[in-house]
Amino acid sequence: MSANIVYAILVTSLATFLSRFLGAVTSQGIKETSKLFKWFNCLAYATLAALIARTIIFPAGILMDASYSSRLSVVLLSVFVFFISKKNFVYPTIFSAICMAVINNYI
Amino acid sequence: MVSKKYYFKGYRSILTHDSPAIALTCCFIAIGALFKNLGFNIQESIFSTVLTYALPGSLVMAESMLIGASLLNIFLAVWFVNARLYPMAVSLFPLMMHKSQPKWKYYFSCHFIAVSAWLIMKSNYKKIPKEHRIDYWIGIGSATVSVSVIGTFIGFSFSEFLNKDMMMGLAILNPVYFLCMMVGAAKTIQITLSVVLGLILGPIIYLLSPEWSILLAGIIGGTVAYLLGEYNVS
Repeated sequence: MSANIVYAILVTSLATFLSRFLGAVTSQGIKETSKLFKWFNCLAYATLAALIARTIIFPAGILMDASYSSRLSVVLLSVFVFFISKKNFVYPTIFSAICMAVINNYI
Repeated sequence: MVSKKYYFKGYRSILTHDSPAIALTCCFIAIGALFKNLGFNIQESIFSTVLTYALPGSLVMAESMLIGASLLNIFLAVWFVNARLYPMAVSLFPLMMHKSQPKWKYYFSCHFIAVSAWLIMKSNYKKIPKEHRIDYWIGIGSATVSVSVIGTFIGFSFSEFLNKDMMMGLAILNPVYFLCMMVGAAKTIQITLSVVLGLILGPIIYLLSPEWSILLAGIIGGTVAYLLGEYNVS
């Protein structure tokens, strides 16, 4: 293995583990019925939602090559599929991949 | 030690009809292909998936390496991006804490904190006795890591056959899957508001501060949702 790549992987995993470990340590004194727990629950959901929205609207990587309207159309159509499939997670997910490839190729 | 019954129950939780396994595999197929394009070998790619096990962090590492960033820059960039794992851990571990369980299980299994595993645990924890939730969680984590490794291997091995359109399809799959899971989880006023505010504030704050946008949107959106929910209850 190349030393630079191994160091980059180790640094990345350390930076990732740090947040997880600190969360596990500090959560020890928190009861699941407490207000602090409820607040952190809200923070977690809002943070994840923000991450998803940023990934769709301001993507990094290959998605940057897809137009804003195509990304948004695929997401909205997939959410529609999610509701009409009685909240099944697999159908809209597979649909989104096919839809993105088709829109990007033919439209 | 780990209860086999609950460990395998957790492991099997990804085999349901609406399992995250397909989406997760596809996301890591894209990561595997990306690693190969970056010059990683198969061992390094799998090593990275197992040790990091967080898609945004892996993407940031890959992008940072492309521009030749220093190790300190990679550390800080990944830390900022993955800081979301902190509130996720704090909002999950109290549900699994039990005095009969050794602390090493909690410290070891915090590595499995990632969106898919977290959402699966959040939807299923009530069905599991509190004493055994940590074993169930370790099962979920092992299953999702296994699937991620398989995805990385497939992506690395077949990267030459993945054209740009296919890579785009794989890339959009991850946010769509997480969005559907979050919409499905929004059953209370507080969670619904948290999701809606996070979705709105994330891109708006990104325009002002790209580095801090996710954390700030999470803190502001989550706090407003919490306060409105408490006010509504009272």
